[in-house]
Amino acid sequence: MPDATFRIWRGDASGGALQEYPTFYENGMVVLDVIHKIQAEQAQDLACRWNCKAGKCGSCSAEINGKPKLMCMTRMSDLDVSQPVTVQPMQTFPLLRDLVTNVEWNYRVKQEIKKLEPRKPDAPDGTWRMQQADVERAQEFRKCIECYLCQDVCHVLREHHKHNEFAGPRFLIHIAQLEMNPLDVADRVPDLKDRHGLGYCNITKCCTKVCPEEITITDNAIIPLKERVVDRFYDPLKKLFGG
Amino acid sequence: MASFDVPVTSSGFGQTSRRDAWWLQPVATFLGLSAFIVYSTWAAFQGDHYTYQGYLSPFYSPEIFGPSAHSWFGPKPAWWPAWLLFSPALLILWAPGGFRFTCYYYRGAYYKAFWADPPSCAVGEPRNAYRGEHSFPLILQNVHRYFLYLALAFILILASDAWKAMWFTNAETGAAEWGVGVGTIVLTLNVVFLGSYTFGCHSLRHLVGGGRDILSSSPLALKLWKRVTWFNCRHMRFAWISLFWVGFSDLYVRLCSMGIWSDWRIL
Ligand code: SF4
Ligand code: SF4
Ligand code: FES
Ligand code: FES
Repeated sequence: MPDATFRIWRGDASGGALQEYPTFYENGMVVLDVIHKIQAEQAQDLACRWNCKAGKCGSCSAEINGKPKLMCMTRMSDLDVSQPVTVQPMQTFPLLRDLVTNVEWNYRVKQEIKKLEPRKPDAPDGTWRMQQADVERAQEFRKCIECYLCQDVCHVLREHHKHNEFAGPRFLIHIAQLEMNPLDVADRVPDLKDRHGLGYCNITKCCTKVCPEEITITDNAIIPLKERVVDRFYDPLKKLFGG
Repeated sequence: MASFDVPVTSSGFGQTSRRDAWWLQPVATFLGLSAFIVYSTWAAFQGDHYTYQGYLSPFYSPEIFGPSAHSWFGPKPAWWPAWLLFSPALLILWAPGGFRFTCYYYRGAYYKAFWADPPSCAVGEPRNAYRGEHSFPLILQNVHRYFLYLALAFILILASDAWKAMWFTNAETGAAEWGVGVGTIVLTLNVVFLGSYTFGCHSLRHLVGGGRDILSSSPLALKLWKRVTWFNCRHMRFAWISLFWVGFSDLYVRLCSMGIWSDWRIL
């Protein structure tokens, strides 16, 4: 069994420090397995959140060697264990304890987004018809597992704390999914500009890089939304000709 | 926006737990863009050695006023103030320059490389204050689509330059004859690369169909949107290839015109 040293952040909102845990792991293990091993053998009070161990529940988000990742999808074989492996909680949300943060703010942001408002049913039996070509774009965004790694890495939230003005990449894809939905008739463009702070995104694409579902957040959601905002507010010719 | 007042930590400039070479990409972007800016500015101010046979350097195309045979409206106009430096390149370079400056890809890249906002993902920043593209001045980046319209016109102009680069004067008869020189290939590749970059523009993707919620009702829009999307997925790659090649095209014409390189006639 190869050995590795883990440096895990221990503490709560009042303070804490990285603590070292020398340990062994077996081939095939992921970081979450090693965290559980350390929990079982050395630190029974180590707090970590997880659920599915299959990269689908979005609970085990953390920063491994400084990179926002799912602990259950990060293989030990992909890490350089000649140096200690650092595991820290997400920086962008308030810390509860050890590796667990309070991500409740995200749920509040979601509540502020206008819900789907379908057009009148297409058929007398109250159903609608959609073409695959029209739903494909929105389907990409439905892969989101709400791990909030993109929110964690986004510098608008992480470094500039614009939580009160900016919805963050996770919710910008959610809005894109609703806006591009062929059935939806609600208008979220003014909210995008003001309430959700779309202009704060400076398209530096860190969200896209960390997304475990490989959603092309910036290019397929955020930039198309920016273009829709330009249509409405910043294109003088469109304004003149009422396009 | 959902109110949130729990203190969260910021990191100091350059602070990170990342162990990989996170600085490599911004440094490479910085060097690549700086080299291009320095060379293109120098070349634009030369006002000389930008044509050779039928070849015209893309930095000088279209030549609206100027001394060469490519000029649209003849030589430098008489009303041009004597104190103002004249170069045919300076009349037009603002258009492709503005197109690249406001390009979504380059914006993201130079905010990182030149302004450290952020220096790299999950790395601390030098400044706390932040406006992003939410207000002045960066809100002006929204003019990008207007530069796109100009850039599309430039593709047509550069394509006609590539066509003109296929015509040579026969040394004996003095007649024009079709042919291919190395310069023809250089200038043809230039328009291909610039086209591949321009056709992947996010504003174009929006314009041809991305702005609609229902694409299937317009088969043409759907088809165009899919085409542009193909280029859009490769936008960064074509941004760099075309940037390098447009600079090289100028250098090629310049060195041929100065007699340092000689152009090989292939056909
Ligand atoms: S691209 Fe925009 S939303 Fe994504 S991380 Fe960067 S600033 Fe945040
Ligand atoms: S978009 Fe990707 S990174 Fe963001 S919450 Fe969803 S799955 Fe996680
Ligand atoms: S435990 Fe469910 S995503 Fe990692
Ligand atoms: S987005 Fe890059 S050219 Fe328009």
